[in-house]
Amino acid sequence: MAWTRQEMAKRAAQELKDGYYVNLGIGIPTLVANYIPDGVDVTLQSENGMLGMGPFPFEGEADPDLINAGKQTITELNRTSYFSSADSFSMIRGGHIDLSILGAMQVSQEGDLANWMIPNKMVKGMGGAMDLVAGVKKVVVIMDHNARDGSAKFLKKCTLPLTGVKVVDMIISDVGVFVIEEKGPVLIELAPEISVNDVKERTEADFFADIGLL
Amino acid sequence: MDKLYTDAEAALEGILFDGMTIMAGGFGLCGIPENLIAALKKSGIKDITAISNNAGVDNFGLGLLLQTRQIRKMISSYVGENKEFERQYLAKELDLEFNPQGTLAERIRAGGAGIPGFYTKTGVGTLIAEGKEHKDFNGETYIMETGLKADVSLVKAWKADKEGNLIYRKTARNFNPMMATAGQVTVAEVEEIVETGELDADNIHTPGIFVQRIIKSRDLEKRIEQLTTRPRQEG
Repeated sequence: MAWTRQEMAKRAAQELKDGYYVNLGIGIPTLVANYIPDGVDVTLQSENGMLGMGPFPFEGEADPDLINAGKQTITELNRTSYFSSADSFSMIRGGHIDLSILGAMQVSQEGDLANWMIPNKMVKGMGGAMDLVAGVKKVVVIMDHNARDGSAKFLKKCTLPLTGVKVVDMIISDVGVFVIEEKGPVLIELAPEISVNDVKERTEADFFADIGLL
Repeated sequence: MDKLYTDAEAALEGILFDGMTIMAGGFGLCGIPENLIAALKKSGIKDITAISNNAGVDNFGLGLLLQTRQIRKMISSYVGENKEFERQYLAKELDLEFNPQGTLAERIRAGGAGIPGFYTKTGVGTLIAEGKEHKDFNGETYIMETGLKADVSLVKAWKADKEGNLIYRKTARNFNPMMATAGQVTVAEVEEIVETGELDADNIHTPGIFVQRIIKSRDLEKRIEQLTTRPRQEG
């Protein structure tokens, strides 16, 4: 049984450590905020200029001057600070953010990430993704293991334009968890009823399997 | 010098021309100079190079100037909310220069601070790095990015005093403070203008030296792109 999006987010939340400053990308990564483990205090950064992001506002209390990087209305906490985009990316590029969790179209076995462009097809832009992967201490990708047409997204080499080179530290997909090490990717966890062979069939990248040592 | 103007059209008089470079503050539709964008549309100037993190949506923000084909080139980090933009770009009617968001913010900051270029790790090994100078520092590779300036910067703040000292509100600050420093002429649109001396001098976000013209917003819409709320808990 492959993991659902909620289960992937829950697994990613285990990477949050007490005291971390964390930037969550748009989509499944945003869900991670719902599964912060008890006793772990993290501060969420939003790259449009906010540290200490609170939950969505109650109905009728949304403030157009208070949004996250996904342009959703949010709230502040008593620890919140606001700042300019330049200060925001000083935090990101300057290595002050502990963890970034983001989505991916493709990841290579060396940890290259592609998540911003499909030539002649999708023209949206990279937003803050290139800065995040270049500057944040640890980068975790959450993604469906395969594209909608079934093709592999975890590849020997990315075919789409890159967001960053050798930047991904961990991949959480619906079939399992990989850490990218110097020797190559290592599969360290499997979703229930998924075998290493199942994962191999759905993956183009070469990887080691090291299940059950945790 | 009196920096106060009666409205957006008056504040833009004499500083607009075809082919000019304009910076516009805002992140999505949050913290955008609505009145000034409307006046820019009305001016009818053409071939604008617009520097702004986003391109608005189809019928609001800078999207208004895309509808009228007044923009020839955009320098942005993300334009995903604007279908007309995507259409014009794919039809090659519009030039587009994508900058990573942090690189864009720093290029503007540098431009305003008199720094012609800087090195960053962002984008090394990607399309963004092509044709740019590479340099190693302490065993890591960086690329050179250049500072950005504008003929006119249009910014949105919450409050101003008559000296042009500005205070922004919450995440509506975003790119506005850097853009205020990088304009040959900076025009600030604000929600409230107070007497000089009323703002706390220790809490000014943009000092008045960076602001040449000020207007008070009229009929601000402050449109929300993604209204997200949670239900109130029972009891």
